[in-house]
Amino acid sequence: MKIAVTGMGIISAIGTTVEENFNALKNRDSGISDLENIDTVHKGVLKFGEIKLTNSELADILHLPENHNFSRTTLLGAYAAQKAVENAGIKNINDYPTGLVSSTSVGGMDKTEQYFYEYFDNPEIRRFITSHDAGDVSHKIADILGIEGIVTTISTACSSAANAVMFGARLIASGQLERVIVGGSDALSKFTINGFNTLMILTDTYNTPFDNNRKGLNLGEAAAYLVLESDKIVKEQNREILAYLSGFGNANDAYHQTASSEDGEGAFLAMEKALKMADISPENIDYINVHGTATPNNDLSEGRALLQIFGKNVPHFSSTKPYTGHTLAAAAAIEAVYSILALRHNVVYPNLNFKDKMEEFDLIPTTELTEKEIHTVLSNSFGFGGNCSSLIFSKF
Amino acid sequence: MAFKKVQMKKCFINGISAISAQNTFESDFLDSAVVNQTTTTLSAIEPDYKTFIPPAAIRRMAKGIKMGVATSVQALQKAELEQIDAIITGTGMGCSQDSEKFLKSILDNNEQFLTPTSFIQSTHNTVAAQIALRLSCKGYNFTYVNGAVSFESALLDGCMQITSEEAKSILVGGIDEYAEHTFSLYKLIGLIKNEQDKPFSVLNSKSKGTVFSEGATFFALENIRKDSTYAEVVDVQIKNKISKEKLPDFFDAFLKKNNLNTSEIDVVVLGNNGDMEFDCYFEKVSNYLPDSVQVYYKHLSGEYNTASAFGLWVAANMLKKQQIPEVIRLNSVEKQQYKTILLYNQYRGLDHSLVLLRGVL
Repeated sequence: MKIAVTGMGIISAIGTTVEENFNALKNRDSGISDLENIDTVHKGVLKFGEIKLTNSELADILHLPENHNFSRTTLLGAYAAQKAVENAGIKNINDYPTGLVSSTSVGGMDKTEQYFYEYFDNPEIRRFITSHDAGDVSHKIADILGIEGIVTTISTACSSAANAVMFGARLIASGQLERVIVGGSDALSKFTINGFNTLMILTDTYNTPFDNNRKGLNLGEAAAYLVLESDKIVKEQNREILAYLSGFGNANDAYHQTASSEDGEGAFLAMEKALKMADISPENIDYINVHGTATPNNDLSEGRALLQIFGKNVPHFSSTKPYTGHTLAAAAAIEAVYSILALRHNVVYPNLNFKDKMEEFDLIPTTELTEKEIHTVLSNSFGFGGNCSSLIFSKF
Repeated sequence: MAFKKVQMKKCFINGISAISAQNTFESDFLDSAVVNQTTTTLSAIEPDYKTFIPPAAIRRMAKGIKMGVATSVQALQKAELEQIDAIITGTGMGCSQDSEKFLKSILDNNEQFLTPTSFIQSTHNTVAAQIALRLSCKGYNFTYVNGAVSFESALLDGCMQITSEEAKSILVGGIDEYAEHTFSLYKLIGLIKNEQDKPFSVLNSKSKGTVFSEGATFFALENIRKDSTYAEVVDVQIKNKISKEKLPDFFDAFLKKNNLNTSEIDVVVLGNNGDMEFDCYFEKVSNYLPDSVQVYYKHLSGEYNTASAFGLWVAANMLKKQQIPEVIRLNSVEKQQYKTILLYNQYRGLDHSLVLLRGVL
């Protein structure tokens, strides 16, 4: 049983289409900027991977009525999921048993923080109360896509979307579904901006993954979805296959609620499981899209895990966080899209902002756009709660 | 070959534990059940956590985390397990108390003077992570957050991994906690019942909304049957939405898939919650399975996104003890023995779930 990726949709700080995202990655165009859409004391002080479209612009694109109750997370998610289905060329979504496995960490927090106290005085806005719920995001996306079937949501902080990809693949492999839309969406919110700020892991400038002087991450917002389909659909519908999902692994670091262990054991275990499932050895990996948030803790932990898996022969690797910021639950989804594009176009994206290698080891990310034959890509995503996930995409 | 398609193993519930609005943590089944029809919300009856959690940690933890940790420990004890291969939780609202606390401090202090503790504990996967930390469990760790199928998504994932032999033992649980602000917003929009509609009977209700509550329920799943086994989980099905008219088709397809006739369902466990707008779904099922013993439970547990996990706790106990307490009976059908139980739940016409259990006696 092989799981094929047959469609992709994405919206991030570097573009509203797959092509725009790919061009930005190739051309070193970062999407990190000053905030426009959120009113916070950190505006102008910290930099973010913000999508410049406003909520009403997004609602217009989706043809929503004036009195809709979509949170920004749902607007972004619905947009990207719709693009993924279009990209796969699906005409009738329920012609095969189809499901949706989405993911989010903030859900409708943007509306909750805006109206938290005002709800009591203003009946007009109360329609947004139920849009706080993470499951509400998925219900609305399922409705927009017309899906009636298995619909669920995963929330494991910054590894969420990778886990959505895994569960979706399991549903196809077990024969419960023939097709599943998988991915994640997270909008910027004051809640996460202030949360990460209190943890003192936000940089006051541009994030610099795997650099010795890295100061932390830039938060971002994004949504991306993949269409996964069974052999049966691929054959019957003569689909173009963008890539295969050939392996995945999830493990827990079981070290600390928010910090990664110094030796990166969880990350190591996740990558090891994914390689085992794909039935390949480390030297078969041609490119790693690392988690690489540019926090002192993550890059050290992930770097040590990479050395443990790959030894002296760490393949080309880069973090795309300098382009998009860390988009939390959506990160693994947008990076799955980037990984598949790397595979299809045989390129390694430059890891921006890197100057000095870390003193703890000799790992140097790819800093220039590099063309090479790429058959297999590994994508890492790690989150709070020790959650570590790895996905492997391949051409064959 | 990335996936094994064989389904060799069966999935057994070998340990269970519930903290709920009833005294389910320390008592035997529902012996001391109390039906409260006078309050719009119910609180979980908490045990003395000291046996399960160090006192210093207890003070920092929100109720959901404490309830989740305690029930996960007890479920493992009952299954005589010390370690598991995976931890999978479901929670509709997540760690609402810490989320509200952090959000209030942001809004009330104009984003100044914030401390990270409540933010750290606000992520939906906090309970699963805390259990992993306490057990040093480095295995698979997932959290599902999809309204009324949050728990069933976790159960489905767990059963798939047991039957496909990816895991031998898994902790699966559902957790939701009371949060003051969220509940007051639910009252504003009528999701929680109005004071004036008292008494809040779950059956034949003439009012909208439900009595909201909280709880944590954990199950130790294994691929082997042993003395502690309560039941086998045969199948789990979820669906985002179904019209009332099409509900029998949903049941027909599920029973057919499992080679069952309606007459073979000994007991059906229904999630009636007293919301006059949506309990018609459950009435439809009552009519669909008239010869089964019909059971309900939300008059005891109250409604919350993972209340259906409490329903599974009730069903597993019924199978093991071969006993159905009067307080949960919906009809007067009697059976010689209880072997096959079907659970059905939905919330406001969304998030439909079916769980099929089989006894092992």
